[in-house]
Amino acid sequence: MPQFDPSTFAPQVFWLVVTFIVLYVLMAKVALPKIGAVLDERQRKIDDNLDKAAQIKAEAETALAAYEKALAEARAHAVAVVRETTDRLGQEGERRSRELADRLAEQIKAGEARIAAAKETALAGVRDVAADIAGAVVGRLIGGTPDRARLEAAIGAALEEQGQ
Amino acid sequence: MANPIEQFQIKPIVDLQVAGVNVSFTNSAVMMVVTVVLITAFLTVSVRSRALVPGRWQSMAEVFYEFIANMLRDNVGSEGRKYFPFVFSLFMFVLFGNLLGLLPGAFTFTSQIVVTFVMAAVVFVGVTVIGFVRHGLHFLRFFFPHGAPLATAVILVPIELISYLSRPISLSVRLFANMTAGHIILTILGGFVVSLGAFYLVPGVIPFAFLSAVALLEFGIALLQAYVFTALTCIYLHDAIHMH
Repeated sequence: MPQFDPSTFAPQVFWLVVTFIVLYVLMAKVALPKIGAVLDERQRKIDDNLDKAAQIKAEAETALAAYEKALAEARAHAVAVVRETTDRLGQEGERRSRELADRLAEQIKAGEARIAAAKETALAGVRDVAADIAGAVVGRLIGGTPDRARLEAAIGAALEEQGQ
Repeated sequence: MANPIEQFQIKPIVDLQVAGVNVSFTNSAVMMVVTVVLITAFLTVSVRSRALVPGRWQSMAEVFYEFIANMLRDNVGSEGRKYFPFVFSLFMFVLFGNLLGLLPGAFTFTSQIVVTFVMAAVVFVGVTVIGFVRHGLHFLRFFFPHGAPLATAVILVPIELISYLSRPISLSVRLFANMTAGHIILTILGGFVVSLGAFYLVPGVIPFAFLSAVALLEFGIALLQAYVFTALTCIYLHDAIHMH
């Protein structure tokens, strides 16, 4: 086998050492730092973006918390306003109905007084009319004008007899 | 039929003598130079755009980088970081040597025992030096397993010593033998295709099918042997740094 020919050893070892050292230097000084930098840069960017994402998420959560707090406050406020308004309207309604009741009671009282007065007037009228009619009837019957005072007394007695 | 051994012949291109030593530029040296140039071109041109989202070539360069970086980290840990350029260079050198050797007419310098042995010897000596520098004479404890009875040292120490000293041999012979055997099989099968196909077209198809399958297998072996060589280097580094 040609591989075991010792005369080929020296030149191969020499060029192996030369080329490998050149390769090592090129890798260590040029190629690997470049690739490493690209990978580091990418890793850094990914980490940055993850950080940013976490930060934005935290911000979003804060905003959500604030929103929920505001919502709860608004709801509580609304409940308070509704309760206050209900109370106020209830009191107002009560007051108004009381006023109305009072006024109606007054009107009823006045109406009753008016009715009583009208009744009295009407009753007084009835006596007069009764006296007129009775005078006219008696006059036709006896042919003369009867004494008015007597007539009225008789009518009063008759009315009293009927329980008027 | 072509001589299957002939492809391993070293042919000087430029005869050179330095201080009485033959350092001729040979077909083997040509492939080494081509390998170094191609690796460097591949790794620098591909990442020139420094794209955040890598293209095909940049992805491949990054895959190689991370593959070796992970292998080193898994086997050696963070202390292996400073040996990364060496391990990476070793992997790329062997990988490209294997793959370029598969091109028709190309020379395969990883099929040369002297080349693989020098690489294995550098790894072996380097790892041993690292072991003694880190642990001093305590590194000798490596040859006697922890917790074993002292009386067994008579047997265990020679065994461990022999297994340790045979590392460069197994490391270099594994790569050399795989590459040599693969290329011999490819040449012989290729010879069958030519000699059978020249007389009868149909029988020539059968060795051609075999040749295609074996060529595919050799491609896999080229990748696998580069991986094995580097992985073993990482394991030896681990032993030197952590001792078992």
